[in-house]
This record gives sequence, structure tokens and C-alpha cells, in this order.
Amino acid sequence: MRAPPSYEELTRNFDWKVAERELGYQPGGPINIGWMCSDRLCHRGLGGKLALVWEDYQGNEKQFTYDDVRVLSNTIARFLSGLGIAPGQRICLFMDRVPELFIGFLGILKMGAVAQPLFSAFGEESLRVRLADAGTSAIITQKKHLYKVRKIREQLPDLQHIILVDAEPASLQEREIAFAMEKNPRIEHFSCYPTTAESPSVLHYTSGTTGQPKGAQHVHYSIISQYLTSKWVLDLRPEDIYWCNADPGWVTGTSYGIIGPWANGVTQVVLDCGFNATRWYEFMEKRRVTVWYSAPTAIRLLMKEGAEIVRQHDLSSLRYLASVGEPLNAAAVLWSQEVFGKPFHDTFWQTETGCIVITNFPGMPVKPGSMGKPFPGITAAALDPKTFEPVDRPGVAGLIALRPGWPSQLRGYWNNQIGFNAKFKNGWYLCGDRASIDPDGYFWFMGRDDDVINTGGHLVGPFEIESALLGCPGVAESAAVAKPDPVNMEVVKAYVTLKRGFQPSDDLELEIMNNIRKRLSPLAMPQEIEFVDSLPKTRSGKIVRRVLRCKEFNEPVGDLSTIMED
Amino acid sequence: MDEITEVVRNYIVREYLEKDDERTITETTPLISGGIVDSFSMVSLLRFLEKKYSIDIPDQCATPEAFDTVERIAGLVRRFQKAEVTKG
Repeated sequence: MRAPPSYEELTRNFDWKVAERELGYQPGGPINIGWMCSDRLCHRGLGGKLALVWEDYQGNEKQFTYDDVRVLSNTIARFLSGLGIAPGQRICLFMDRVPELFIGFLGILKMGAVAQPLFSAFGEESLRVRLADAGTSAIITQKKHLYKVRKIREQLPDLQHIILVDAEPASLQEREIAFAMEKNPRIEHFSCYPTTAESPSVLHYTSGTTGQPKGAQHVHYSIISQYLTSKWVLDLRPEDIYWCNADPGWVTGTSYGIIGPWANGVTQVVLDCGFNATRWYEFMEKRRVTVWYSAPTAIRLLMKEGAEIVRQHDLSSLRYLASVGEPLNAAAVLWSQEVFGKPFHDTFWQTETGCIVITNFPGMPVKPGSMGKPFPGITAAALDPKTFEPVDRPGVAGLIALRPGWPSQLRGYWNNQIGFNAKFKNGWYLCGDRASIDPDGYFWFMGRDDDVINTGGHLVGPFEIESALLGCPGVAESAAVAKPDPVNMEVVKAYVTLKRGFQPSDDLELEIMNNIRKRLSPLAMPQEIEFVDSLPKTRSGKIVRRVLRCKEFNEPVGDLSTIMED
Repeated sequence: MDEITEVVRNYIVREYLEKDDERTITETTPLISGGIVDSFSMVSLLRFLEKKYSIDIPDQCATPEAFDTVERIAGLVRRFQKAEVTKG
């Protein structure tokens, strides 16, 4: 077995052109992620190779070769074009992890539209906000999620087509249309829309401290870095069986659950199943998974289930483990070394970066608890928060920042130039996290630099939760902040003041929790609600979340005089 | 179906399924692996059980495996009801 090239070898004379060459991209020419991940591989003789092995929690199974993916994505592309959807329009994918989600993603890109994947556990309010902002033309969904769309469709004038992948036409209403991917006539030949490097491809929504979620716009050229990071960081090789736990409703699930592995011609396996340790281990054993890309929250849940259950399964096929979402704590790295015989390699990136930017490379010594080093071609630093110049002393915390210009960097926030501009200071892109760098160049995560809550690897914006809380019975004012959590790193905690006539009670707390869970999502549901008489505010009346967050983390609040003056 | 099982099942149907949801919940329907309840939503379910039955279920027992079916959840409630009686 070949040894992977060292970090130093890869960094030396690095140029993204290596990926362009390997993918057969001619600068200035057409580039389309949908074509790159299906037709290109068939042209290279991989048409008969398995691209996707899918299984659900009941054990139902489907298999698709690269040629199936090519033809079925053609079929979807033709169907969407036939509806009159034009290139550049946004098409939302709102499904569980069914094959139509993965293949539909490529179909949308092939016909030149923009894929807007959204997590299927989102409630109707989260869905409405994101569809309204994007002016989405069509949504592809399942019968089980249709009720959410029906609740909000009248508020979405741009939404012309509601496409159901599993419904009978007779049960549908106006603007709803049934499309059964595998029953439709297969389209052998489809001329991809001639997208180029800077053509928009994917719109992923992410949360910030202020305002509603922002749509991070990506382009077809992003495949250059998604391909190369999958190959070099996840160490994907042609013979691998790859499993990425992430849902394609989030960026990991598209960058490394669709684009990266398929650009590399790898067989990927998908389990459409909620968390269940036994089921997960059975799946990896049965599918002979070799590369597993997971998340700290999942790993910590597995740790809770113990080591004995691991020993009951033959997981000898596992060759490489990686993790993303929130910082991987040292205990989880050591545990995986003990029970799987190999460590999880932490990777750091975010919706806006589109690809892994700081990472523990294969073959590089893993320092448990560290984020690793910048990917070749990425210049990363920890900046002084006042001067925005790199901190020049090891171990001193600064703002994680990247020099702009890597292929999958976001090109903007949808309809939000001000928010986009605010992400750049002094020629650096600011990630919104803090870290220190040790003398060996390893980055060490310190925490968020804003009020965004990282729960289970997903960013949740306080503003969205607070807005929804105001719609709950009895709530006068609220502040949503992060609270430390041993499994999810952080969870949402809400501080709430009540309107006159309402009294704090367990019943009211449960009612508010369930209300937020249904309207926004389970991730946004406060795991704890503290009823208070008043909230800390500036003189102009703005709620100061920092005071409450510091209380939760048992940290000093520091000098508040300037904040309180507002 | 005993009283606890019935209460748990009814609560899940009421809070986790929509009115026109065609799925049925039995004592053995996979809730978490089946995507009806997720590990985040477990917290509100836990709160409901603790309040309804005046029990404390420690975090280490509130695992996705333990909450994966109505049957298992009811069993967990009975176990901690007994523990409360013993303490009392």
C-alpha cells in the first residue's frame, strides 16, 4: 500500500492547477459539477462502478452505478427544464437522505439552476425564511414534508413548482407535481447547460449573530478544492467505500457527501437512519466501510454507548477516520485510537469556505484536540482582534482568518452585500472563530467570536430563535445564548421574560420548547429555558447576550462600559 | 398496552406527527433511527416524562438507544418510578 505524501511534500510548490489537470478542466472553458460527478467518470470507464449504495433504517436497499447517476440526473435535469425553470433560478432540495436528493442535486446543476439544499427537519418557519430570501422557484420534497410547504406556500409568490418524489398525482393540489425518478423514462443524453467557473452552483444557508440566516453562494469552480481536499485530506482512493454521516441539507453533506467523493469516482454508502449505535456499526460492518467522515457529536454519542458494542462488530475494513462540525476534543481522539485502532482526524471549515481549510493530514502526527494545519494553498492566521494583523506569538488567541482566493470560497451572501463585506478585514476573510497557533504551526480552537451557537456541529443564529420565541404564548422578551454541553459542545438556552398575567411553569417551558422545535427545528429548540424578571440591556435597550453567555460558561464578563453605552 | 405505554405513545403522536401524517406509532416503531424523534428533540420528551411521572432520568440513561421505541421509553419510566419509590 502506498504511503500518502507528507504535508510538507504537498505544501511545497502547491498550485490548485493540479486539481484542474486531474479533473480535465481547461481554464476559461465550461465546468459543471453535475457533469464532472457523473458523465466525466463514465467517459473514463467507470460507468459500471457503484456510485451510491443506499439503505434506510428498515434495511431497504438501492444501488446506483455511475452510469445510473448519469442517466437519472439527466432525467431530473430534463424534467426541471421542461417545467420552464431557467438557469440561475433556485431549486430547493428538501428531503431526507433518499437517492433523489443526491442525484437530484446533480440534475439541478446540469440544467444550470442553483441547488438550495435545506435540512428536512426544518420546521415551516425556518423553511419559509430561507425560501423567501432566495426567491426559490421550485422545491423538490417528499410526501412526509409536504404539510410544511403547504402551510407557507401562499407566502411565497416565487414558488411555482412543488415537486413530490413519492406521491400519487391524484393526491396533489395546484402547483404540486409528482415526479418518480426511477419510473420516469430514462434520459440517455442531456446537454448540460454551459456553466463556467464563476457560474452559481449551490446556495447554502448559514446563521449569523444578527438578522436572519444568510445564503452563502458558491460556484461550479468550487469542485476544484472539494475534489482535492477529498483526495488529500479524507485520503479517498479508487477502491474505497466511503461513508459521510452528514445530511446534504448542510454543506458537509454536499461538499463531502456528494461532490468530493463522486468527483473522485469513489463508491459511497448512505444510511438514511437517525442515530443508533448498533445500526451504525452493523452498517459499517456490512458495507465494509473504509473511510468514515463523522462529527464530534456523533462520536461522543458513540462513546456513551461504550466500547463493548464496538467489539461485537468486525470493523477491520476501516482505514481512515475524519471528523468535522465542531472541535474534536482530545478524549474523543484517544477513544477512537483505543476502540478503532486509529484516531479521528479533525477538519475545520465552514459553509462559507466550501471546503476543508485547516486539517490533520493523513500521515501527519495528530495532536489530540488540535485542528491541525492549513490545507496547502490556504493561508491561515490568527489575527489580533484590534489591529487585524497576524498574532506573532505562539499560543496567543486570535481570530481565525484566511487569505481570500481559494476555489470554493463563497462569492457572496444572497441579497446581502453588507453582510458579505463585513466578513473581510485588512485583506483577510474572518471565520468568526478564535484559535491559537502552537510553535509547530498547529491551530487550537478557542471558541466562537460572536453570539452564534454551535450545536452538534450546526450553527444556529440567536436572532432567528428570539424572533420565533416572541411568537410563543406569554413571551415578552428573550435572549438565546449558547450553553456548554458534554455531547453537542453547545446547546441553545433561552432567557425569557413573561408578559403580565403569565407565570413561569414546567408546562409553559415545555410548550415553548415544542413550539420552537416545530416551527424552526430540533436544533434551534432551547434545551433549557430560564424565566427571568429582566434581561441585561444597553442604555438604548439592546439586549446584551454576552453577559448571559459568560454566565453559562462561567467566564468573566469583562469591561461592559462601552457595550452598555451602545 | 399499559397506561404508561399509552401515555408515551399518545404524546409522541401528538407532538411529533402532523395530523395528516400517515405513519403509525406502535410500541416497537423505531423513533430515533426511524427519524420521527431526533437526539435534540429527546430533551423535550425527557422533560415531559420527568414532569408527568415526577421522576429524574439521569443524562447517562437518556441515550438515543434507550429512547428508540415507545416500549423502551415506558420501560425506562417504570425503572425510575421504582427508584423513586425505593428512595422515598
